[in-house]
Amino acid sequence: MGKRTGDFIMIEFLKMGGYAAYVWSSYGIVAVVLLLNSISSWRRYRSLLRRLKRLHGENNNDT
Amino acid sequence: MSVKDKVWLWFHRMASPAYFYNLAGQLLPWSIVATTTLMLIGLIGGLVFAPADYQQGDGFRIIYVHVPSAWMSMFVYMVMAVNSAIFLIWHIKLSDIVARSSAVIGASFTFLALITGSIWGKPMWGTWWVWDARLTSELLLLFLYLGYIGLRSAIDDRRVAGKAGSILALVGAINIPIIHYSVVWWNTLHQSASVSKFDNPSIELNMLIPLLSMALAFKLFYLCILLINSRSELLEQEKRSQWVKELVTSS
Repeated sequence: MGKRTGDFIMIEFLKMGGYAAYVWSSYGIVAVVLLLNSISSWRRYRSLLRRLKRLHGENNNDT
Repeated sequence: MSVKDKVWLWFHRMASPAYFYNLAGQLLPWSIVATTTLMLIGLIGGLVFAPADYQQGDGFRIIYVHVPSAWMSMFVYMVMAVNSAIFLIWHIKLSDIVARSSAVIGASFTFLALITGSIWGKPMWGTWWVWDARLTSELLLLFLYLGYIGLRSAIDDRRVAGKAGSILALVGAINIPIIHYSVVWWNTLHQSASVSKFDNPSIELNMLIPLLSMALAFKLFYLCILLINSRSELLEQEKRSQWVKELVTSS
């Protein structure tokens, strides 16, 4: 399989038989929403851990 | 010890905050690996190996994100409703945490089911939206999720918020069978189920396998989010307790 055939297959794949705009926008939106969910959950957890570390660290200094 | 006692012991250990926090932490890496693997299988299978549909061409490939999102929108709601019931009846705090931790991801799945359905509807039905039974009841589900999130954040007292949210989630559960049977009860534009007829599924195997793989991947993705969110909720609720203190000072 030459380079040109490879390119052709790739372009055909991206074209999605004429439905490229519909297929790729669907997959794109899903990817973004799932990614945002993961990031926000993870960041909330990390910042909470940091905050509690400070909270209990200060308590220890007081006593 | 009788079986019943053992079950109760297990139940109580599971519901103990420190125990659940650790268990969730141990499960998380495995869920992430499983989610990623299944999602890759589903994506490659669905976008590359599944043959184009004889009517819809490559446009049908939206099914691999649309159907799992739609299934999850109902599944997550059922998890919320069941946990709300457990919380209202037995006052198990962990159940409230699970329900609360599911709301945003559940709303996200519902939003995705609606938006990918809309994008799919345009080339196939010639319209972005119709007020038919399936679409309308799914939109109502999104409003139920948003109402639940809004209600909980509007009430400061955690116990009151939990109770009010649980009641809302339970009442709204009536909508789930309506969504499911909407395509049977009413004459709708939305097609009826093609996968759940397990004795005779009207879908080919190399189209079906990526779909099931994606569905499982979405379910496990929800599990990952649930594990992280409930750990956060536990930390927040138990921030003054001894086990949290030991946890944050030791690491």
